[in-house]
Amino acid sequence: MTDAPLLDVRDLRVAYATRGGEAVVIPSVSFQLNAGEALGLVGESGCGKSTIALSIVRYLGRAGRIIGGSIRFEGRELTSLDETGLRAIRGRRIAMVYQDPMASLNPVMTVGRQLMEAPMTHEGVSASAARARALAMLAEVKLADPAAVMERYPHQLSGGQQQRIVIAMALITGPALLIMDEPTTGLDVTVEAAVLDLVRELRSRHHSAILFISHNLGSVARVCDRVAVMYRGEIVEDGPVRSIFASPRHPYTRGLLDCLPTLGSDKHQAPLVPIAGQVESSLTRPPGCGFAGRCAHAEIGRCTSYPIASATVRGEPEHHVACVRAEELRQWTRRCGTDVAHEFVATTETMVAIHHLTKIYEPRRRRFRGTRAAVRAVSDVDLTAARGRTLAIVGESGCGKSTIAKVLSGLEVATAGRVTLDGVEVGALAIDARGPALKRKLQMVFQNPDSTLNPSHTVGYAIGRALRRLQGRAPGDVAGGVARLLEVVKLSPAMAARMPRHLSGGEKQRAAIARALAGDPAVIVADEPVSALDVSVQAAIVNLLTEIQAARGATLVFISHDLAVVRYLADTVAVMYLGTVAEVGPVERVFAPPYHPYTEALLSAVPVPDPDHVGARILLEGRVSGAGEIPRGCPFATRCPRRVGAVCDETPPPVQHFGDHRLACHIPGAELARLQTALVEPRSIGR
Amino acid sequence: MSTPIAAGTLSASSPAASRARLVRRWRRRIALLGESTPATVGIAIILAWVVLAMLAPLIAPYAPNANDVLALAHTTPSRAHWLGTDHLGRDILSRILWGARPVLVIAPLAVLGAAALGSLLGLAAGYYGRWIDLVITRACDIVLSFPVIILYMIILARFGSSAWNIIGVLTLTKAPIIARIVRGMTLDLREREYVAAAKMRGESPLYIMLVEILPNARGPLVVDMCLRTGYNVIIIGALGFLGIGLPPPDPDWGGMVKDTYGMMMVWPHMALFPCAAISSLVVGFNLLAVGLRELGLRD
Repeated sequence: MTDAPLLDVRDLRVAYATRGGEAVVIPSVSFQLNAGEALGLVGESGCGKSTIALSIVRYLGRAGRIIGGSIRFEGRELTSLDETGLRAIRGRRIAMVYQDPMASLNPVMTVGRQLMEAPMTHEGVSASAARARALAMLAEVKLADPAAVMERYPHQLSGGQQQRIVIAMALITGPALLIMDEPTTGLDVTVEAAVLDLVRELRSRHHSAILFISHNLGSVARVCDRVAVMYRGEIVEDGPVRSIFASPRHPYTRGLLDCLPTLGSDKHQAPLVPIAGQVESSLTRPPGCGFAGRCAHAEIGRCTSYPIASATVRGEPEHHVACVRAEELRQWTRRCGTDVAHEFVATTETMVAIHHLTKIYEPRRRRFRGTRAAVRAVSDVDLTAARGRTLAIVGESGCGKSTIAKVLSGLEVATAGRVTLDGVEVGALAIDARGPALKRKLQMVFQNPDSTLNPSHTVGYAIGRALRRLQGRAPGDVAGGVARLLEVVKLSPAMAARMPRHLSGGEKQRAAIARALAGDPAVIVADEPVSALDVSVQAAIVNLLTEIQAARGATLVFISHDLAVVRYLADTVAVMYLGTVAEVGPVERVFAPPYHPYTEALLSAVPVPDPDHVGARILLEGRVSGAGEIPRGCPFATRCPRRVGAVCDETPPPVQHFGDHRLACHIPGAELARLQTALVEPRSIGR
Repeated sequence: MSTPIAAGTLSASSPAASRARLVRRWRRRIALLGESTPATVGIAIILAWVVLAMLAPLIAPYAPNANDVLALAHTTPSRAHWLGTDHLGRDILSRILWGARPVLVIAPLAVLGAAALGSLLGLAAGYYGRWIDLVITRACDIVLSFPVIILYMIILARFGSSAWNIIGVLTLTKAPIIARIVRGMTLDLREREYVAAAKMRGESPLYIMLVEILPNARGPLVVDMCLRTGYNVIIIGALGFLGIGLPPPDPDWGGMVKDTYGMMMVWPHMALFPCAAISSLVVGFNLLAVGLRELGLRD
């Protein structure tokens, strides 16, 4: 390794042209990356992480412009390089992996052709040599049967496989720097864990430096050597990954760590601690610390008057922080909220009961094309939720959890089985067939903040309309109700006049919750309500949901793929796999051995924001079989790391009951408990 | 509680405040149009024609049907007749100005009719799917598969040629195109979560289609309506040219071309000026459509 860093960014300034003139989004950023090193860039959305990545490869587009500073890569200045020079570097010396693999792959070319393209154009190697390289690379990213994969088109592969292909494409030219922009954000937790492990492994083999951009502190901890935390276009803290996670100095870094639910915490202890306020615009900038407006430790004057320079933390030469009060702040320990945990109304009265629910999507008959097989989205599911409690349904995408939400809400009807809502059979009732009282009783909170509110209507109209429909209010009589509901979800009443596009993701989701509350529902079905939000906002929304639940005694059916969130707020957890319930029970029993092997794999895959965390990682091989091809035996048998033999493929697993905890597995519970180690320390907070 | 209350800058809603907001929103939209050169030029052309047509009785130098027999000796543009006269000695400038009036009424009205009918059909087809979709799309295909000019000739020959009949014919033949566009967008929009939320509070399908879905389809719809207004200008010209446009002798751009194209070799100005009028208006609408699309993409 030479002395000069591989990538040396100094005083980089970037501006975007906006309608109101040029706005500086990166006022000044400097960092170095040595050969073979992995640097994580973290921060909430809108803090300039991606802008930096795009500046390095000069892909800022027409609106963006580098207005100052230098980016030296392998001794060459990138800010002044012409297109020809850039082309020689992009893809060859610097490769990029983006969030959405489908957007990086050409849908009309086979994977093999796309992989061979880079060596052939950049290095001029022959087609056969490129083919050999592509095959070797596919084997390296652990795709089974590389020769067959080469002939496939991107849409024939799963999301995880696609992302592996993109990584293979990026590494095939042996780049010195790999920029990964949220590479695992859209993936299921088990797939994410496998991809992160792959990145780590490939890194040590290829000696590529990595600039890893993520909002997920857990995945950063797993992959990176150093971390830089960004806020409002500035690096507020950077240092070795261990120092950052063990003793974060900047209040913002501490806030990011505090708002993460960990596998050990739950709502009965204390609410999560979200960061106050929301990400402020990078377009306007106060004279002092950019974070001062949200910081609990900010002092008027010292923090707000002049720019804050980055200083080395005493005793840690590689740890820098841009906070004037860094030395005065107390040593960090994970905060768990100062508020008293909510009192929850505990009852045993059943609110939602699902018996032998099966939902089959019949394919549409098409003449000439033959019929496709029916899709069994949910088969023979039994679940109950008591009044005032939270039932969480977890599982990877395609496991049928959203289908259950749809059947509950009447957007779909059950094919077979019974679903009762407060004693009333609703499984066969589509929403149109439900009376006003039933409609009022169950309302939904949806996943996507951008599509949950109609972009053409104001927030006030959306909530007011729900009040009119569900409570029969007159059009002139809703203003007070709208204001009250906005207050419940902690939005200002003035929000009623806003259009959804002027709201942040978290605000939109709050407004959607207010809309769902309009009928004062007894059951709230929340389908991945926080998955699309920043961690800091996630914490606030999760708190809001638990608070509302406690205040109203509502039953919450919470659908999620995030086990940490589920651990935090659920009373009962159901783990689903391929339309069946693998394991269900009280949260503390499900999150302790004996686990169903699938639960065990899910838990071990959760990224933990602690670089020293050595969990026994169980990586799932194979892919989720499509819902169209339900296996005869155990649905999980094809990927199960604890498969015992042919019996798993042949016969459906017996359901073993341990009180109110049950799991479906051929291995006896006692045997499972003996084999497994606890993956979640009960009630452990921080370290 | 540590969760903050997001600060609002707007006052609580009252009728006056909401009116003021509406005014502000429209001002902003108009200011936005000014940022796109094509849209600005397009609007300028269209507005110019609208003003000229409205002022025709005041500014037209002659009555549209007045024959200046003396001018027949020199029909070419002169100081007395800036654009010359036609073969009957009628002032072409006056006839073009007067001729702008029916075009500027018929073309937009027909588009509005087509948009209304087409949106309803497209919404129903996209929202309900199944056999309703099948019936509507097939019916649209049938209308679209006819050679339109022949269709116009048959209908107008049967029912007679009048402004209302032309509007009716244009509405019927353009609605299927709009229906297709709206259907496509409805197929996408009906899967949005806000539609599910509307269903869950028990809204009627009509409400969902008109209030939840249609407003979100307006962007592409408005662009298409602009384009289609331009096409209608062409078609109205073509109808006039075929002699099934507005009944003579009132001026009609297409009719003016028809009456004089035989003299093209000798007096080209008689046909060219009305042609130029048609093209300029069509270009105006097209530019506006281009500008709107550009602005729509940017938002």
